[in-house]
Amino acid sequence: MVKKIDKDHARFRQIVRGKVKKNLRKYITQGELIGKQGKELVSIPVPQIRLPHFRYSSKKAGGVGQGKGDVGTPIGRGDGGEIPGVGDAPGQHILEVDVSLEELAEMLAEELELPNIEAKGKKNITSDKNKYTGISQVGPESLRHFKRTYKQALKRQLISATYNPLDPIIIPVREDRRYRSWKVTSKPESNAVIIYMMDVSGSMGDEQKEIVRIESFWIDTWLNYQYKNIETRYIIHDAIAREVDKETFYHTRESGGTIISSAYKAANKMIDEFYNPNEWNIYLFHFSDGDNWGEIDTDECVMLLKEKLLPKINLFCYGQVESPYGSGQFIRDLEDFLLDEENIVLSEIPDKDGIYDSIKEFLGKGR
Amino acid sequence: MNLTKELEIQKAEIRGYAEGYNLDFYETIFEMVEFDELNEVASYGGFPTRYPHWRFGMEYEELSKGYSYGLQKIYELVINNDPCYAYLMKCNNLVDQKLVMAHVYGHSDFFKNNLWFSHTNRKMIDQMANHGTRIRRFVEKYGEETVEDFIEVCLSLENLIDPHLPHIKRKAENSKVNGKQTEDSENISPLRLKSPKAYLDSFINPEEFLEEQKQLSKERKLEKRKRNPEEPQRDILQFLLEYAPLERWQSDILSIIRDEAYYFSPQGQTKIMNEGWATYWHSTIMTRKCLTDAELIDYADHHSGTLMTGSGRLNPYKLGVELFRDIEDRWNKGKFGKEYEECEDWQVKANWNKNLGLGLAKIFEVRKLYNDLMFIDAFLTQEFCRENNLFVYEFNDRTDYYEISDRDFQVVKQKLLFSLTNFGQPAIYVEDANYFNRGELYLKQRHEGVDLKMQEARDTLANLFKVWTRPVHLETVVDEVKTLMTFDGLEHSEIEIDQ
Repeated sequence: MVKKIDKDHARFRQIVRGKVKKNLRKYITQGELIGKQGKELVSIPVPQIRLPHFRYSSKKAGGVGQGKGDVGTPIGRGDGGEIPGVGDAPGQHILEVDVSLEELAEMLAEELELPNIEAKGKKNITSDKNKYTGISQVGPESLRHFKRTYKQALKRQLISATYNPLDPIIIPVREDRRYRSWKVTSKPESNAVIIYMMDVSGSMGDEQKEIVRIESFWIDTWLNYQYKNIETRYIIHDAIAREVDKETFYHTRESGGTIISSAYKAANKMIDEFYNPNEWNIYLFHFSDGDNWGEIDTDECVMLLKEKLLPKINLFCYGQVESPYGSGQFIRDLEDFLLDEENIVLSEIPDKDGIYDSIKEFLGKGR
Repeated sequence: MNLTKELEIQKAEIRGYAEGYNLDFYETIFEMVEFDELNEVASYGGFPTRYPHWRFGMEYEELSKGYSYGLQKIYELVINNDPCYAYLMKCNNLVDQKLVMAHVYGHSDFFKNNLWFSHTNRKMIDQMANHGTRIRRFVEKYGEETVEDFIEVCLSLENLIDPHLPHIKRKAENSKVNGKQTEDSENISPLRLKSPKAYLDSFINPEEFLEEQKQLSKERKLEKRKRNPEEPQRDILQFLLEYAPLERWQSDILSIIRDEAYYFSPQGQTKIMNEGWATYWHSTIMTRKCLTDAELIDYADHHSGTLMTGSGRLNPYKLGVELFRDIEDRWNKGKFGKEYEECEDWQVKANWNKNLGLGLAKIFEVRKLYNDLMFIDAFLTQEFCRENNLFVYEFNDRTDYYEISDRDFQVVKQKLLFSLTNFGQPAIYVEDANYFNRGELYLKQRHEGVDLKMQEARDTLANLFKVWTRPVHLETVVDEVKTLMTFDGLEHSEIEIDQ
């Protein structure tokens, strides 16, 4: 049955969506959503959706409460949160609305005009899955559906007038029993892996890392929306490269020099070992301040990309984060040597505001 | 009505107990609903047939989220109507249903008998359905967004009503008969100073003086007639209905919002009493009459959940029921009146008992005549305040925390009364509809020491502008400086004003 409230509720969601979309650039650049991400949902604070009234400012009003404690005992925080006083005035905290990651990706797509990704034309892998979908009259006792069985018995007793409300004892008989039954479904799957590489040499400061963090959050959101099954790997490098977990990736800070080719070698090795390019859609993202150590290494990087990496992968994205120490030469070198390759995207990110455009450049290719 | 057989039996039993205690209620109809239906009805403020608007959707989102995370659950939902409607959640167990039914009979009795509800529409369910139909028709005719936007504007102004209005016969209404002559009559009696002796009159009130006074009062009267409104008016929505340039459908919507605001107003004015009264009766009926041994634990659990005062908050159920019990106790023992008040020996006072047995009669009287403000004013005693650990909290700028600031009885009572006056809403009046002689609307807040929330006030002014269509002003006080907030359709300004 369609409830009357559903229409109003849908309208409310629509309004929220509009507000979120309108403020998307702000949400993207400030990265405040990252901390609020759950498994499938993100809660987004939506300002100004409550209707304004003339009302007292609660901070100045104070109020009356009940409980133990001496004068001076704190009873609640002041940041936006409010203590409802007598007459249960609604709290006026900023409304947080849950939006699924999928929905968020859709908004991102609409706002940034992102094309859908065409997965590489390789054979899809299928997998079998058992799912309890139905009810049957026979089955093993361990799968007996207690509630359905009870209901069935209750119905029978009501119809046959053996039910007594003052002594409501229900006894199921053989025919009342219901069991869970399952179906096997095979699902096509296209696999994808994202390999993030980051320069953690001394010149990459906290601010630069924050930019990388925010940007990779949105890349994750988008690619997760495009692929059902996705793996993420992280590589950090200064003069040498190593694989790390997510936590380390965003928080490590080293002080060595920068040899970028080490990271590319590590990525290449990883692909060869785990990700057969015929079965996987592979995405490489590399963030650095572009201060590579010596031209010889840059040449080696170009060579690695051209001959080893680019033929295997869907997309290589290089994001150069501006830093006060880096020379920023690397991106220009890549431009010079790899301009005609089509699955490579280079983007410069001067500051947080640049994230928005950079995401657009990275994901705008539809690969 | 779709109660199950068992509940039907319970209902008849509880109803019998309630009548036995002399509760006098409207016929009460219980509906069994699933939790999501209950959330739906609650989002519409109890009226499933209400007009469509996304704000109910927002309410619903919050309620369902709170329910599914187990943070909150609606105990009971009663509608002030004749017959009275109440909802029971299907998945509750029997003892909860019994408790809710007993509670509902308390509410129903309160709705019927409390003076402050006496002017509410008892056929509000029909009325709301009517409103819904009208607004849906406007939606069809003028488009969803147009109507929705206008409803939003009206809702933003919905608290600009005069909560005492339904109880006052204004002169506007009864002056229709005899008001004409006084307005038209030119012979204005001038101010005369009182003369101690008749023969002194011509000295105290000489001809020129009288003439001068006559002129003055004439001018004053003219001045007054030019003013609109003649006196500052609290019911701003009514004022807008009369004078704002609204289209027919717009004034219809505004009047709907106003009607509903007045309907809900007494519930805000009697929250503590209403919940206290219902809680008093459910606990009386349950513990003295209809609880079975097996149900005791569940009942105690549920009941104490209702009365919980967590994290220092004031719980209207708790405060209300404790006050009613205190009143009952005091009037039973004769702890009132001059003799008791003036007694200074606390031991004598504590053991005071004249065995008057007036308690029950007194609480019935209180439920008839009082609202929350009067209730607290008359019956909150120092002893009660101490026993119930009441305190005043304030916001501390330095620590960014709300902190307990005082436990003194007078301060607590003052604060509580303040927060109940006009249900903690600022008192705002229309002063002038022709400010600067340019048709601008001038509002004034009677400032009582607490400032407005500025950003919201600005947004509300902007909404008011949409109705009035000329610049709007609000005189208020910001950080102890008299300030005039203005919105002229393009930008906001706030200027200090002296005097």
